[in-house]
Amino acid sequence: MTGKGPQTTLPDFSISPRIDQVGVEERASRFTKRSIKNETKMNGLKLVLNMIDLTTLEGKDTAGKVKQLCYKAMHPHDAVPGIPTVAAVCVYPSMVSIAKKALEGSGIKVASVATAFPSGQASRAIKIADVKYAVQQGADEVDMVISRGKFHEGEYNFVFDEIAAVKEACGEARLKVILETGELGTYDKVRRASDIAMYAGADFIKTSTGKIQPAATMPVTLVMLEAIRDFYYKTGKMIGMKPAGGISKSKLALHYLVMVKEVLGDDWLNNHWFRFGASSLANDVLMQIVRAKTGLYQSANYFSAD
Amino acid sequence: MATKKKSNTLKLKFDTAWPYAPAPESRSAAQIKDRYELFINGEWQAPLSKKYFGTINPATEEKLSEVAMANAADVDKAVKAARNAYEKTWRKISAKERAKYIFRIARIIQEKARELAIIETLDGGKPIRESRDFDVPTAANHFFYYAGWADKLEYAFLNKKAEPLGVAGQIIPWNFPLLMAAWKIAPALATGNTVVLKPAETTPLTALKLAEIIQEADLPPGVVNILTGAGETGAAIVNHPDINKIAFTGSTDVGKIIQRAVAGTNKRVTLELGGKAANIIFEDAPLDQAVEGVINGIFFNQGHVCCAGSRLYVQESVAKQVIRKLKDRMESLIVGDPLDKNTDIGAINSKQQLATINKYLQIGRSEGAEMYESACKLPNKGFWCRPTIFTNVAQSNRIAQEEIFGPVLSILTFRTDDEVIEKANNSPYGLSAGVWTDKGSKIFNMTKRMRAGVIWANTFNKFDPTSPFGGYKESGFGREGGLHGLLPYVELKNI
Repeated sequence: MTGKGPQTTLPDFSISPRIDQVGVEERASRFTKRSIKNETKMNGLKLVLNMIDLTTLEGKDTAGKVKQLCYKAMHPHDAVPGIPTVAAVCVYPSMVSIAKKALEGSGIKVASVATAFPSGQASRAIKIADVKYAVQQGADEVDMVISRGKFHEGEYNFVFDEIAAVKEACGEARLKVILETGELGTYDKVRRASDIAMYAGADFIKTSTGKIQPAATMPVTLVMLEAIRDFYYKTGKMIGMKPAGGISKSKLALHYLVMVKEVLGDDWLNNHWFRFGASSLANDVLMQIVRAKTGLYQSANYFSAD
Repeated sequence: MATKKKSNTLKLKFDTAWPYAPAPESRSAAQIKDRYELFINGEWQAPLSKKYFGTINPATEEKLSEVAMANAADVDKAVKAARNAYEKTWRKISAKERAKYIFRIARIIQEKARELAIIETLDGGKPIRESRDFDVPTAANHFFYYAGWADKLEYAFLNKKAEPLGVAGQIIPWNFPLLMAAWKIAPALATGNTVVLKPAETTPLTALKLAEIIQEADLPPGVVNILTGAGETGAAIVNHPDINKIAFTGSTDVGKIIQRAVAGTNKRVTLELGGKAANIIFEDAPLDQAVEGVINGIFFNQGHVCCAGSRLYVQESVAKQVIRKLKDRMESLIVGDPLDKNTDIGAINSKQQLATINKYLQIGRSEGAEMYESACKLPNKGFWCRPTIFTNVAQSNRIAQEEIFGPVLSILTFRTDDEVIEKANNSPYGLSAGVWTDKGSKIFNMTKRMRAGVIWANTFNKFDPTSPFGGYKESGFGREGGLHGLLPYVELKNI
C-alpha cells in the first residue's frame, strides 16, 4: 500500500460512529461466558502463544537480556514437544539489531517501538528518524504511538498526517499504531482514533504502550475490532489488532480469542492479523498447556523466567 | 494472503476455525421425580381427576415426568385450603413474620439455583446460560424484593391502610415458568393474600420444585397451592366463586376470555398479555450496540418473550449497514443443545408453538418479504427454528402486526421522527418499546409519545424487581414489579 495513499474518500472523523459505554461493556462481558474446553482449549492456548509479541521495553534493557528473551521466543518450553513459537519479539530501536541476529532463520519477527515511545512528545523529524533507524536496523514491524495531545486538541489532521508520514518511513515494515487508549478517556475517542489510524495507513491498531493504566481491556478491544470490521467492509482492506498490556492470564487471552472469532471471524484468527502484546502471558499459557497435557499444575519454577 | 477484495462481495467467515467443544451442564445435578401430585394445603395430594399428563424436553422430545391434571373439584379443594389459610393464619400473623417466610423462599431458591436452572432448561428448552444467569436469579430477587415490602406497606401507601384481598388465582405462561411464578406469588404473599397458582401445561416442573421449596420453607399449609393442568384447570380457577383476584400472564386471546368471565363478579383482575414491540434505530445511534440490543430483543429466550422487540424500525440512511451487522451477528449465534453452556438459542417450547412460528414464516414469504435465516445446523430431534429476519416488510404485512412469539424479526424502515412514532403506535399492542439514539432530547421526545408500558432507551429487555412492568391497549392492564406491583393485591382503606 506504500505510495498508493488512502483508498477511499476520507470520512469526517469528528462524526465517527458513536459508542454506547453500557452496551459495549455488556457485549464484551458476554464473550467471557463462553466455555472453552478440551481440544478447543488446547488449540486456543497454542494459538495464543503463537500470537504473542514477547516484549521487553525497559530503560535497563541490555543485549544480554534481549538475547535471552529471543531464545525464549524460539524455545518457549522445550520440555514439551509441539509447542509453537511466539509471533515476534518487541524491543526498543537500539535493541533491534541484537534481536534480529538472535532470531535469524526462526521466522519470528522483530518489532520495534518508535516515534519517541511511549509519550510521543517529540518533533516529527525526530519521530521519523527514530522509525527509519529501527527499520534500517532490521525491524520487520514498527509500533508507533499517536500524538495524544494533538488528538485531544482536535487536531485530527495532524494525527492523520503523522501516521501517514510514519507509514511512509516504514517502507516494507508493517506499522502498528498505538492509540494509548488509557489516555483517550472515552470509547467514542477510541473509535475515532482507530478510524484515523486505519485511514492513514496503519497495518495494525494497538491499544496501549503498557506504560499507562488502564492498558488493554476487552471493551476497548471490542470497539477497535468493530472499527476494523467497518473499515474492512468499506475498503476491502484487512487491518490487524493488537491489545497490549494487562493480559497476563491464559483465561483472559482465550476470552480475547472468542471475541476476535465472533466479531471478525476466522480470517483474523492467526498471528498475521492478531497479536497479544505481553511479557508474562507466555508462561501462564505454557503452564496451562502442561496442565492440559498432564493434568497437573507445575510450579512457576519449571518455566523460564525471561 | 489476499488482503484486498471488492467490497460488495466481502463476507466475514464464522464457521470453520476454532469451533467450541461441547460444554454441557450436568443433568444429574437435577432431581426430577417420575410423577408429581398436586400441591394442596402444604402436602402432595393425588388429583381427584385421577388423571396425569406427561411433560417433555422440547430439545429431545423425551418424557421428563408426568404431572397431575387438576379438575374443577381439585381447584375447589385448593381454593378452600387457600381460604382457610387466609382466614386462620396468613392474614393474622404479623407482617414481619410474612416477610420472614418470603425471605426464606428467596434464599432456598438461591441455594438450589443450579438445579432449578437445569430443570427450567430441560422442561422449557431455553439455554442454560439464560436460566442460570437470568431466570433463576431474577426469580430469587423478586422474592427478596417483596419480602422487604411486607412490613412496610404503610410506606408504600401513605396515610392509607393496605388490606389483603383474600385468595388470588394465578395463571402463568410457559416462557419464564419459575420467574413468572415468582412475579405472581411474591407480591401476593407480601400483601397478605393466599395463592392458587397454575403453571403452564408444557412447563410445570419448576413450579413444582418451587412447591417443594415452599414446603421446605415451612410456610403455613394452604398459603400457596400449586395445581398443574391445562386450559380447563385455568378456567376452573377463573370461574371459582371464592377467588378474589385473578392474575394472568399469557395470550391476548385468553386474556379476553378471562375478562369476559369475570365481568359482573367482584373479582379483581390484572392481565399481562401479548406484544409486538417497536425497536427504533435512528441514524445517530451507537449502531453496534443497537444491533446487539436488537439481537437480545428478539432472540432472547427464542423470542418467546411478550415484550420481545419483534418490529425493528431502522432509519433508511443506516438500514443497509444495520442489516449487514445483524446478519453477521446472527452467524455467531449458537443454536442447539440448551444444556450446553455455549448455546445462545435453545429449542422452541412446544410442537404447537413451532407450528405457529412456521405458519408465520410462510405468511411472511407469501407477503413478499425477504427472509434470511442464519446458516446454523439444527438437531434432528426436538423443536427448532433458526434465528430469522424479514427485510422489505411493510406496515400492512401480518408479520409486522401479529405476535409471532418466536425468533423472527420483521424489519421496516422510516425517514422521520413523526413517521416512526405513528408507525410504532400503530399496533393493537403496547407492552414495550425501544429507542436507539445518541441524542438525549430525542429519547425524551420519543418515550413521551410512544404508547407502551415499558420503554427502553439504548438498551432492551432489562428487568428488575423494582421496576413496574405491564402494558397499554391489548397488552393488558395492571403492573407487576416495583411498588406498583403491590397495588393489584391490596384494598386501600382510608382511616
